[in-house]
Amino acid sequence: MSENKLRIMVAKPGLDGHDRGARVLARAFRDAGYEVVYTGCHQTPEDIVSAAIQEDVDCIGLSCLSGAHKILFPRVIEMLKENNAEDITVIGGGIIPEQDFDKLYKAGVQEVFTPGTPLEDIVSWIDNHVTPRDQELS
Amino acid sequence: MKIVENIKAGDIRAVSRVIRNIEDQNPQVREVIKELYPYTGNARIVGLTGAPGAGKSTFTDSLITHYRNQGLQVGVLAVDPTSPFTGGAILGDRIRMQKHAQDSGVFIRSLASRGALGGLAEAVDDAIYALDAMGKDVILVETVGTGQSEVDIMNNSHTVVLLLTPGLGDEVQTIKAGIMEIADLFVINKADQQGSSKLYQELQKLLEMSDFAEAGWKPPIMLLENIQDSDRFFTKIGEIKEKIDEHYQVLVEKGLLERREKRKAMVKLRTCLQKVVLAPMMQELQDSGRIESMLEQLVCKDIDPYSLAEDIYAQYKD
Repeated sequence: MSENKLRIMVAKPGLDGHDRGARVLARAFRDAGYEVVYTGCHQTPEDIVSAAIQEDVDCIGLSCLSGAHKILFPRVIEMLKENNAEDITVIGGGIIPEQDFDKLYKAGVQEVFTPGTPLEDIVSWIDNHVTPRDQELS
Repeated sequence: MKIVENIKAGDIRAVSRVIRNIEDQNPQVREVIKELYPYTGNARIVGLTGAPGAGKSTFTDSLITHYRNQGLQVGVLAVDPTSPFTGGAILGDRIRMQKHAQDSGVFIRSLASRGALGGLAEAVDDAIYALDAMGKDVILVETVGTGQSEVDIMNNSHTVVLLLTPGLGDEVQTIKAGIMEIADLFVINKADQQGSSKLYQELQKLLEMSDFAEAGWKPPIMLLENIQDSDRFFTKIGEIKEKIDEHYQVLVEKGLLERREKRKAMVKLRTCLQKVVLAPMMQELQDSGRIESMLEQLVCKDIDPYSLAEDIYAQYKD
């Protein structure tokens, strides 16, 4: 009877109004059977973290095409830590130069996906690396 | 239980965690709800329903601000549909409400319908208990985009607001049974679009024909238009909020609140009986494998389903 569903948030931090990619991903995640919270464009890291906690998501997918990923992605992770929510997996994508990958990995971004990545690859990465949170109640 | 204390203290993570468990139907969650129940009953619950794209989330967003301006704590449960094919869902109601993301006086949670057909999710009633117990003064419940017959919201709310938009069909639509009957307040949104005065007249006619003596309240019809003029739009929603508050006052003054609460309790009891009595019976039949021979008997017409159900029940009663 009980069923653990994977909940994922797709979020666009910063001043970036291009959300076609984010919506395509949200759709792909829906088709993979996840419950996808989409919060729209122009989100601050504070908005994203607060929403992720209220929604109890297992994973946050950050999409950024504006070039501000080096500031915004680490900030999201920092804020998750401040809120004792570092158990939420963070992945990122968008226009991200390869030389920035290491900085993002070091900050705690688990994986980075760039344009051209097949949707199935992203879904299978999530299936392999993110499990719906344990149901512990005490 | 620690989590119960944390919820009562308003701990966001505790509340979101328990709602997650309610949704996932973790058997343990029942114990949490049992302990929370005595601390519920303080919140006012407002239901918002209407067709997809009628403006429910935008309306909810503005309503949140009005209640916050009044100094009240607000909880929101927003339901979006689950895919019947993949079980996935896009929960997009937050997009319209994100300006409240950092307000600690507002807790917004999106729920997927997970196969429920009444316009809500099965988790809604227990999630309402959680928000109520955490100290929310007002809980706004937004249904999936509804059609004609998704009326579960009436069993969860003190006041039901139905958002309509012009252009949804001829005059017979307004006299049809179902969702048109459950509204305590009609809002014609996008009233600057063609057809709104016709819809207004149809609704008026509908209300003229109804008897509100027993209900003690005649649902008002409010018009809402031109979201581009944001100040005016916001003021207008303030007027609608006044009506929502007025409706609640009427329920209290005329002693009608108790009737609604009892209706709510009745529906909840039925759901719980289903879970506590029927579900384990079915489970036992399946686990023991007895179900197979029973189905065969039914298919071969050796027994009729009523007699079989009576037999099973008789065995359990002893």
